[in-house]
Amino acid sequence: MDVILFLIFAAIALVAAVNVVVQSHPISSAISLIGVMGSLAVLYLLLGAEFIAAAQVIVYAGAVMVLFLFVIMLLNAGTEARQSKSETAHLLGVPALVVFALLLVYFIHQQPESGVHFGGFTGGSAQAVGRALFTTYLLPFEVTSVLILIAIIGAIVLARKEI
Amino acid sequence: MDPSTAFYVISLIKILLVFAVLMTTLAYLQWVERKVIAHIQVRPGPYFVGPHGLLQPLADVIKLITKEDLLPPYVNKPLYLAAPFIAVSMALLSISVIPFGPEIDVFGYHTYMQLTDLNIGVLFVLAVSSVGVYGVALAGWSSNNKYALLGALRSSAQMISYELPLSLAIAAPLLISNTLSLRKLVETQGGNPAHAGTLWDWNLFHGWQWIGFIVFLIAAFAETNRIPFDLAEAENELVAGFHTEYSSMKFAAFFMAEYANMITVSAMAVLLFLGGWVAPWPAEYGSGLVPVAVFALAGLVAIYHGLHPARRMDRFSLPVVGVIFLMIAAAFLAPFTQSWLLPLFWFCAKTGAILFAFIWVRGTLPRFRYDQLMGFAWKYLFPVAVVNLLLTGLVVALVG
Repeated sequence: MDVILFLIFAAIALVAAVNVVVQSHPISSAISLIGVMGSLAVLYLLLGAEFIAAAQVIVYAGAVMVLFLFVIMLLNAGTEARQSKSETAHLLGVPALVVFALLLVYFIHQQPESGVHFGGFTGGSAQAVGRALFTTYLLPFEVTSVLILIAIIGAIVLARKEI
Repeated sequence: MDPSTAFYVISLIKILLVFAVLMTTLAYLQWVERKVIAHIQVRPGPYFVGPHGLLQPLADVIKLITKEDLLPPYVNKPLYLAAPFIAVSMALLSISVIPFGPEIDVFGYHTYMQLTDLNIGVLFVLAVSSVGVYGVALAGWSSNNKYALLGALRSSAQMISYELPLSLAIAAPLLISNTLSLRKLVETQGGNPAHAGTLWDWNLFHGWQWIGFIVFLIAAFAETNRIPFDLAEAENELVAGFHTEYSSMKFAAFFMAEYANMITVSAMAVLLFLGGWVAPWPAEYGSGLVPVAVFALAGLVAIYHGLHPARRMDRFSLPVVGVIFLMIAAAFLAPFTQSWLLPLFWFCAKTGAILFAFIWVRGTLPRFRYDQLMGFAWKYLFPVAVVNLLLTGLVVALVG
């Protein structure tokens, strides 16, 4: 059951991810990206990380992508014209893809044979995540919050210049 | 039957039951709204289809189904068709984690009066409602109509802004109850079967939590696009807002989504602050007699008016209604039905009271201006919610 669900949603995620690049209209790309994020949330859920799954939907699908859509709608962006003029992409595209695929296969083989077991992980509840954040990962967590604060102040400073 | 088959059968029955009841409630909520607003404005409201307009929802449904379903030629077809579907399915999905009552015993099978209990139930409701924004946003954009687009933009901006105070207001009772599961939330507010609680166990009466409750309610009005925050469909500026181009059942889908969201938000308010299905005082001290008294009184009044009829048809119809009410009152006394009727009664009574407040506000308050709406969220509601959360966290950390 878990494996079937995994295969279905992994396939949806991959198809949607390819669709993000293939679609010529920004809105269609954005909606495909929502599809990717939704399927990722299901994959997290299958792995037992229910808090991360909910946060994924609330933050990425619910807030970030709505803002993306918002901006696309406000700019009233139309269909992009397809132009196949990039020499570099033509020459380097396929070799780069092959190299990356080989690297990926190499690193997966390097990994010790641990494997992923559905339902084997139980530390995904809100309590467990919160405990980990405020004990083991306290310093990175606080540093990230300072980073976000800097980004917020930066956004305000940049926006104020134009007023 | 082995346990797993029984689980599937019971789940299927519960889903069908909840779906049927929800759909009927959606239809009749609209009737109630029209009636209440009519009485606020001193007019009778729907009156001609059935007694007191009681068949009006049925007539509305038939009208909406048989109307011509226009597909404007200039819309973005896939998104235009998907938007009402997203809106209504997301609105109905949140009901699946709402608990209506405690564990009950049906023909030897123990089951909860809830479709499923997630240990992240509260987050699930938030996630589903945040995805529901797409229904509105995509409807407005794909319609290719400037009023629809403006309505959708307003609505999404408003829903994103008010989601922050809403989530912060939700977080405070979660800290007090120390759980994310909606059923456990009620159990910590006096819903524990071993130790029945009172009114004072509700999160609303923990210190200053009524402030969080008020913030939650205000944000809930904005989240559901209701007056005084219904700028997404301000008809004197935007025709009908984001659903201007929709007709027939697709229009009805948005309508259903709005009412389903109202029910979800009211149920969430009840679960988070008002103790869910818990009676205001324990049944040993007679809280179980309240519904009996209410229904018996309603039945006796109906029978009295049936014996002194104002119109000829009342002589037959009102005694029938009265007898039905008396039978419901008797059901609250019977031990078999009492165990699940009583929690359901308190849950529905509390949810209904909040739904009534929604309608009451619609009949009373004028609409906000758009800049006032945004300013109110960010300058007043958000700081109040943050301070409330910080102080609650401090007290919980100190007291334990």
